[in-house]
Amino acid sequence: MSDPLISTLAGIVTNATPLVIAAMGETITERAGIVNLSLDGSIVLSAMSGFVVAYSAQQILITSAGMTAPEAAGLSVIIGAIGAMVVGALVALLIAFSSISLRQDQVAVGFVLTLLGTDLAVFLGTNYARIPGPQILPTDLPLLANIPVIGEIFFQQSGFAYVSYLLVFGTWWLFFRTRQGLSLRAVGERPEAAFARGIPVNRLRYLYTALGGAVVGLAGAAYSLNVRAGWTVPPAMGGDGWIALAIVIFGGWHPFRVLIGAYLFAGLRSLASVIQRTPGIEINITLLNAAPWVLMIITLLLVSSGALERLLQVLPRPLQKPLRGILRSDPPAALGTRFERK
Amino acid sequence: MNIELRHIEKRFGAVHANNDINITFKGGRIYGILGENGAGKSTLMKILSGYQPADEGEIRFDGQLVDYRTPQAALRAGVGMLQQDPLDVGAFSALENFIFGPLSARGLRGKAAQAELARVCERFGFEIDPELPITQVSIGGRQQLEIARLLALGVKALILDEPTTGISAEQKQTLFDALKQLAREDGMTVLLVSHKLEDVIALCDEVAVLRAGKLVGAQVLPATTRQLVEMMFGQALSPAERPRSDLSGASPALKIVHATLRSKRLTVEALSLTLRAGEIVGLAGLDGSGQELLLRACAGLVRLSSGQIWLNGLDMTGESYRQFLAAGVAFAAAGRLEEGLVAGLTLTEHIALSTETGAVVSWERARALTAQLLERYNVRGQPESQIQQLSGGNQQRMLMALTPEQPTLLVLEQPTRGLDVDSARWIWQQLLERRDKGAAVLFASPDLEELVTYSDRILVFYAGKSTEIADVHPQRTSVEMLGRLIGGHFDEVTA
Repeated sequence: MSDPLISTLAGIVTNATPLVIAAMGETITERAGIVNLSLDGSIVLSAMSGFVVAYSAQQILITSAGMTAPEAAGLSVIIGAIGAMVVGALVALLIAFSSISLRQDQVAVGFVLTLLGTDLAVFLGTNYARIPGPQILPTDLPLLANIPVIGEIFFQQSGFAYVSYLLVFGTWWLFFRTRQGLSLRAVGERPEAAFARGIPVNRLRYLYTALGGAVVGLAGAAYSLNVRAGWTVPPAMGGDGWIALAIVIFGGWHPFRVLIGAYLFAGLRSLASVIQRTPGIEINITLLNAAPWVLMIITLLLVSSGALERLLQVLPRPLQKPLRGILRSDPPAALGTRFERK
Repeated sequence: MNIELRHIEKRFGAVHANNDINITFKGGRIYGILGENGAGKSTLMKILSGYQPADEGEIRFDGQLVDYRTPQAALRAGVGMLQQDPLDVGAFSALENFIFGPLSARGLRGKAAQAELARVCERFGFEIDPELPITQVSIGGRQQLEIARLLALGVKALILDEPTTGISAEQKQTLFDALKQLAREDGMTVLLVSHKLEDVIALCDEVAVLRAGKLVGAQVLPATTRQLVEMMFGQALSPAERPRSDLSGASPALKIVHATLRSKRLTVEALSLTLRAGEIVGLAGLDGSGQELLLRACAGLVRLSSGQIWLNGLDMTGESYRQFLAAGVAFAAAGRLEEGLVAGLTLTEHIALSTETGAVVSWERARALTAQLLERYNVRGQPESQIQQLSGGNQQRMLMALTPEQPTLLVLEQPTRGLDVDSARWIWQQLLERRDKGAAVLFASPDLEELVTYSDRILVFYAGKSTEIADVHPQRTSVEMLGRLIGGHFDEVTA
């Protein structure tokens, strides 16, 4: 990793990993028709839980199994990640329960849970803030890591990054190559039709909300056990949940586009910090930090409004159709709505 | 398959929707299920297709007692229902819509599924491109796909709810041929729920008539329309008439000059149209052929991409919907509860919303006016009930009550959608009264009979192009010809 450009790109992949995971979890949930708006709070709460669980597991492994700290790290991180996933799934189940069974508004409940998740994490996790805990270190993937450029960017990462690749591919496979995926999408697009064909709409919504929530929890673990290793108060990852939500829309609920969106955003962030460090450029830091968000809004407007159509009209006709296919995105038609049997 | 219904009972609160229904539908025959709105025919069909369980009673298939409470269980027992708006998923391709659910659960996928679909299509002359997104398939095509799916699932009885609304004459012929073939060759039991008596007479072997929740008659066809209407309403209705108004010397209420209209999918080009005060022009065409676009442009809801639009001699090109309203346009959308009325508001609140102009609402005045309007428009509902609690017919009456008394131009999207003959006729009486007071009427409808009965002229749309039938006359203008035009055969028919 001698080339600074390659190491910057590899850094972007590292930084984007939790975003990719979180956005993928939300994509799964939203494709089933449920909006889990608690993403930001969910991530913070599961990051804290994951850290605490991993930390405690490490302590136990050291004291009772007689391992050294580095020996215990790998296993503790896995246990911590599982703990984080359980927390993420539980928060998501609250959303599912209140919207499906209690018929409450998904947006309202999600919003409240966001605030609650962050505050609860700060409250419960104060004693664990800023102490060194287990984390996983980058591991080169055999063979793949040796591919020039690509290998250096993508395959000299930590386990979380590898999991994120598998997750993106797996989600795509689930959506578009399996029968379960067909049912999942049908439930999010037109639950009445799914019901008429014997698909258990609300059971699937519970299932995929929980599954998506678990994946969001994993994203929390990817923060506290990898990227910004450790747990701090106030939480360092605050705000990223909202970004992940925006990335899902930007990505048009399609796993690969969501992945690209996450990398794009992480790239913008890293660009901002490069500019900050460059001598001779005097820009207000706060303004610079806001830049990626502004760009995000602009791209969102471009992708999900009539502006895209007008832009496409300017281009030559043969280009229009494929570009529209890539850029246009329609949300799952029944997103955020309740399904009740009439 | 023989279907026996014995003592079927269903209540919704105080409404006795199905009152001791006893009937047997025999395999190999096609039945028409008739009745006015609220007669209980949809309820009965929902019970039979598993969407709603009956309160009491039993169902037997070929003598075997069956008990099911979901559509899926009904399918397993052999009954499939084709909904008026096919229950498919817009984001899926035709093939995905074909397999998702029970067929894919049986492992039917990919090439095998495509072959199965092709097999059914070939037998009945259906034309379905499996790769096409379903949003680009016409209602008729989506129906064919749904029928193919139900057949692939092996149903022995098929229920169709208003299948001839919004499809072309050719698609209707294909559908009827397929149903006859299924009954004759496969011994399928076919039940057709329809408001269109002509269709029932053309297709069915027998009819069953429901009125106020009871089965009031069953008859082997042939029968005349008049006899069927008598059975449905307990009395004969005089044929619908449209007294013509004298248009000589009437001033143009609406004038469109060389307009271009664009939507995401469609462009309507070089359209010119003049509507005189007191004139009724009907717009025909399959869904998405351009008539909706024109209608909304005349209401000021869609801007012209080029060309001009004049109301009462005033250039309205590029003006807002508000300006159109101020110029005397009244618009009623097809989606009553989506665009016309506000679900959640009471009848009084609706009246107040459209009549109160000050900052503070005078509820006393609004209540008085509401009582008066409910009486005059024969709306069956309480001033304090919320609009969505009313039946479709009463909602439509309420919508009429909210429409200005003397508009320059009435723009109506499917003014009698989902209404029975009686309610539809009442609505038209109101419209004709407004026409007599000098309003021009522009309406779109998928009901060809309605178009021929009430229009002075008809504009037929096909894929954005239009042709005009001038001087429409119920005796001279045939529904069949209109059906051909809607299917795009402009050249074959000279109006």
